[in-house]
Amino acid sequence: MNAIDWEITLLQALLYAAAAPLLAGWIHKLKARLQNRRGASIWQPYRDLYKLFSKETRMAHTASIVFRAAPYIVFAATWLAAAAIPLLSTRLASAAMADVIAIAGLLALARFFLALAGMDVGTAFGGMGASREMFVSALAEPAMLVAVFTLTMTAHSTNLASVIDFNLQASSLLRPSYMFALAGLILVAVAETGRIPVDNPTTHLELTMIHEAMILEYSGRHLALMEWAAQLKLLLYGVLLCNVFFPWGIAVDTAPGALAGSLLAIVLKLLLLGVALAVSETVLAKMRLFRAPAFLNLALLLALLGLLSHVILEVGL
Amino acid sequence: MATHPLWWAGAAIGLALLSSLVSLFSARQPGVLRWLVSPLFALAGLSAVAAGLLALIDKDVATATLPLGLPWLPWQVRLDALAGFFLAVVGTISFAVGLYAPGYLRGFEGGDDSLPALGGFAGLFLTGMLLVVLADDAFLFMVAWELMSLTSYFLVVWHHDHAANRRAAFLYLLMAHVGALSILLDFGVLAALGHGFSFSAMRDAELSFGWATATFLLAFFGFGMKAGLVPLHAWLPEAHPVAPSHISALMSGVMLKVAVYGFIRVVFGLIGQFHWQWGVVVLVIGSISALMGVLYALMQHDLKRLLAYHSVENIGIIFIGLGLAILFLSTGHAVIGTVAFIAALYHTINHALFKGLLFLGAGAILHAAKERDLEKMGGLLRRMPWTGLFFLIGCISISALPPFNGFVSEWLTFQAALQAWQLDSGVLRSIVPIAAAMLALTGALAAACFVKVYGVAFLGQARSRPVRRARPVPLSMRLGQGVLAALCLLLGILPTFFISLLNAVPEGLLGHGLQQATSHGWLWLTPVSAQTASYGAPLVAIILLLVLVAGLWLFGRGIRRVRRCDTWDCGFSQPSSRMQYTASAFAQPIRRVFGLLFHIEEGLEGSQPDQQRYRLKVSDRAWGLFYLPVARLVERATRQVVRLQSGNIRIYLGWTLGTLLLLIWITV
Amino acid sequence: MSLEQLPLLQQLMLVLAAVVMFTSFVLLEQARLVAAIHAFAWQGVLVAMVTALVAAGSGLEHLFFSAALTLALKALLIPWMLHRLVRRLELDRHREPLRRPALVIMAALALVIFSYWVVTPLVAEELLFTRNIVAVSLAVVLTGLLMMVIRTQAVAQVLGFMSMENGLFLAAVSDTDGMPLAVELGVAFDVLVAMILFGVFFFQIRESIDSLDVDRMNRLTERVDES
Repeated sequence: MNAIDWEITLLQALLYAAAAPLLAGWIHKLKARLQNRRGASIWQPYRDLYKLFSKETRMAHTASIVFRAAPYIVFAATWLAAAAIPLLSTRLASAAMADVIAIAGLLALARFFLALAGMDVGTAFGGMGASREMFVSALAEPAMLVAVFTLTMTAHSTNLASVIDFNLQASSLLRPSYMFALAGLILVAVAETGRIPVDNPTTHLELTMIHEAMILEYSGRHLALMEWAAQLKLLLYGVLLCNVFFPWGIAVDTAPGALAGSLLAIVLKLLLLGVALAVSETVLAKMRLFRAPAFLNLALLLALLGLLSHVILEVGL
Repeated sequence: MATHPLWWAGAAIGLALLSSLVSLFSARQPGVLRWLVSPLFALAGLSAVAAGLLALIDKDVATATLPLGLPWLPWQVRLDALAGFFLAVVGTISFAVGLYAPGYLRGFEGGDDSLPALGGFAGLFLTGMLLVVLADDAFLFMVAWELMSLTSYFLVVWHHDHAANRRAAFLYLLMAHVGALSILLDFGVLAALGHGFSFSAMRDAELSFGWATATFLLAFFGFGMKAGLVPLHAWLPEAHPVAPSHISALMSGVMLKVAVYGFIRVVFGLIGQFHWQWGVVVLVIGSISALMGVLYALMQHDLKRLLAYHSVENIGIIFIGLGLAILFLSTGHAVIGTVAFIAALYHTINHALFKGLLFLGAGAILHAAKERDLEKMGGLLRRMPWTGLFFLIGCISISALPPFNGFVSEWLTFQAALQAWQLDSGVLRSIVPIAAAMLALTGALAAACFVKVYGVAFLGQARSRPVRRARPVPLSMRLGQGVLAALCLLLGILPTFFISLLNAVPEGLLGHGLQQATSHGWLWLTPVSAQTASYGAPLVAIILLLVLVAGLWLFGRGIRRVRRCDTWDCGFSQPSSRMQYTASAFAQPIRRVFGLLFHIEEGLEGSQPDQQRYRLKVSDRAWGLFYLPVARLVERATRQVVRLQSGNIRIYLGWTLGTLLLLIWITV
Repeated sequence: MSLEQLPLLQQLMLVLAAVVMFTSFVLLEQARLVAAIHAFAWQGVLVAMVTALVAAGSGLEHLFFSAALTLALKALLIPWMLHRLVRRLELDRHREPLRRPALVIMAALALVIFSYWVVTPLVAEELLFTRNIVAVSLAVVLTGLLMMVIRTQAVAQVLGFMSMENGLFLAAVSDTDGMPLAVELGVAFDVLVAMILFGVFFFQIRESIDSLDVDRMNRLTERVDES
């Protein structure tokens, strides 16, 4: 691990933070098009963040220091988790610092403080959002872990850079276990990032909110940090799915040419992912909360089938 | 001689006994309890820590024979790395409790309950635990075990004026003795096959597979009952809430660990062989305990009962680690087995720290607001900022979130489970990941539970008057909690240092340690190898801190000048504290999904709409499925035996005649 | 020997076998009859594809015919007949959700692990990968039988029975390179006749006990019923 690896890590972390609003803007634009509107420009989230940062921040009378500190902690934890996922190159120092279980742990830390912030203001909406968020994430956690297990049992490592290296070399397109793990992880990603059909990110009805209910009382720079963290989380899961299961194009060294090519590859993959997400959000409807367990049980079933396919079909040949 | 670990251990025991003796004087002078007994208790804890650390660093085994006991069976003590580790665990929590007690006990002065009893039995309790860990023969072990159980019974029943407390303490005593019986039988088998009651004789015993499994099962049953594994856990949620909070911290944080020590000593130390079937049994029961423990905890709204159920969950996690260790060691994968073993040990110290911290916090809330029911609390962070901070650290640690200590032990357990691909049997290769998935579910549910606890108790608005008027707690209570909170952070940030200390334990027991875990420097924790997995704990903590500081610096100018406003109320009138989510409401989605596992009765009482009350009762299915049938069986059996007591003196003489005839016939 | 060293055809067969296992789980859990029939149809398509792959790999011409027969029968004809039956019995909006879905899924997963454990000792060195497909086929058979036990609706039980047959067919095709054509045709016509008889019987059952809930047939015991 030398200085170059750390420089790549820093570059990648900055790129994550800079590009997260762009992915959100792209998905917004696509959904608008599918609904026969022109939609806001893809740069609109940047303007929104700038506006929020310059606005005044207000807090409720009942809010405490946890409410104030939560946006910073949520953003820091999400950003650190994102920085550990290879975006451009697998020569990444942060991947050795936080493996995929630590990434899940950091996201759990962010969620913990988000839920506490929801409970802090002492309103019914905040408590409702916190309760629902912890409920959905509790059911999603085993599915995610079993899908990760399938990956690690094949690649023999939890370090994401090693997993991607293995996938590149093995060209494992036709692995049944990976197919099932991918399907399971897609469902988990939809649940964790709060997209339709689990949660509607653009809803204005408080009783249908999960993520929005927890940040209902935030304003100004606090709200900006929370929104940015949510966008980072979406980008994080997108890069995880694209780079781990479809790793072609990612650089295995730190040559500038390889990095540029890798940037092009990931942009392409994320564009396609955006299209898929926009289409699925337009076609599906949000489920009521107590159908979410069925959804997440399907994710768990897929992940378990992936694991069993690996144990039965792929080993001992 | 002053640096010899046994000297410090002896000093610890002596100080504990002294604190017990001195508290006899506190009947007339309550201040004695605060100024003399508690500092002695804390010093005893400190000596135990010193003894433990020296034993871990020295890696020499120190033995001694005490001039007590039977003439042909003197008491032997032995301080090796395993005993040293557990001495350190016991000592740390005892030190924190000793710091905490003066402030806490001030609330009991002038009350009805006997102060000398509290101080006296607490000292004896500590002595018992220290002697159990140090014992090197079955006799001393059982005597110390009994001392521990009996003194803790008296401590649990200290508030003896409530009948419910007495019932809870009775259940505790009953189950402690059933467990002790099983342990005694276990030692009996080992002593018979090893021809001696000392542990060194038992270690040399030749055990066939059948006898080894019998000893294993007896040890698992006995120590598992004391540790609180499902379905033998029923005493835990009854006894722990009833005791005074600093005693609950000792029981939950330390006594359960002494049971884990007993299990490790017997299975890993004395029996000496491993079979994969044992590993599967321990793994399955550990997973079930972990999941059921956290689900039951989610349904509670009594803070101390909730914490007691979480102890069941964490003991389950420790046994998951031990089960994985047995599994891997029995199939020849020594390195991974050691990783799992170290994970279990790390979780032991972690749980002692954060559970102790949480119980001390619950005691602080009880002291300040006289309230144990979550549904009446709220907004305590404003009234008790330091307690709130330390309790938050405890909540984050127990939810296994980085950068605190709970995450490190869960990470190590997952790393051990993820090496399941090395096993030969396909069935085992499927079962281990399923157990790990249950562990993941447990972790997520624990986080949900502690968001509920912290959110309902400390955040939001107060839901009752005494809570609104809560006073901050005395310095000594804050100090005790602070020590534990600082240790939680330390064990989370510097895992490599603590694992290099812990390495002495598997080296002593299993013959090899985990060198490669720390071989890449103090920054990286690499349990199996650097390519497989690594965790840079200090780096994660530093980067999180850097980003936070950067954020504060960037937006620092606005910090003082944030204006306050009303919350969004959707157009309704002034939101009151009753409109907040209650603890039962928070857990409702989870209660609904996992409802089949409990016995839930809910309903509305009252006829007038504005006078209706919502009633919710969640009870443990284990009572109906396991305990009541066993109790009924025992009753039926005793009713048969009662027939022997006919009351007729001639029949009794007839029994005597029959026995005499039998004895004469046998001897002739 | 690892996964990447297998020829492409065999890798594809492994993928298809895994998806067949998934469809048997979907069949087990589906509450709506029409969706379950569609899942069964897809299962038939996948089994036909596996047969075609074996045919291409081994060069046995009659297997192509067998694949076409499976496709026509299992994926088109029988689902169409079942669909028509369901519409005539007015059951197409009928939903029968599982009462304890978590337990059922756990039982099905345990059956999969059990099948794997049973098949593992059957070692044939060159055919190790087909041994794995046999494990999957056994799992499909057992899951079909579980479906017949769990479901109370008679049409759903027929689907379970048919999916058992799918599993057996998959095992035969992958392990022994197919059965002789005569046996193939015989089995296919037997299944067709069974289907027709089922259709006739369902109307009879509904007329006599006014529903197709299999549990209601308890009335047909010798016991004197107080109802």
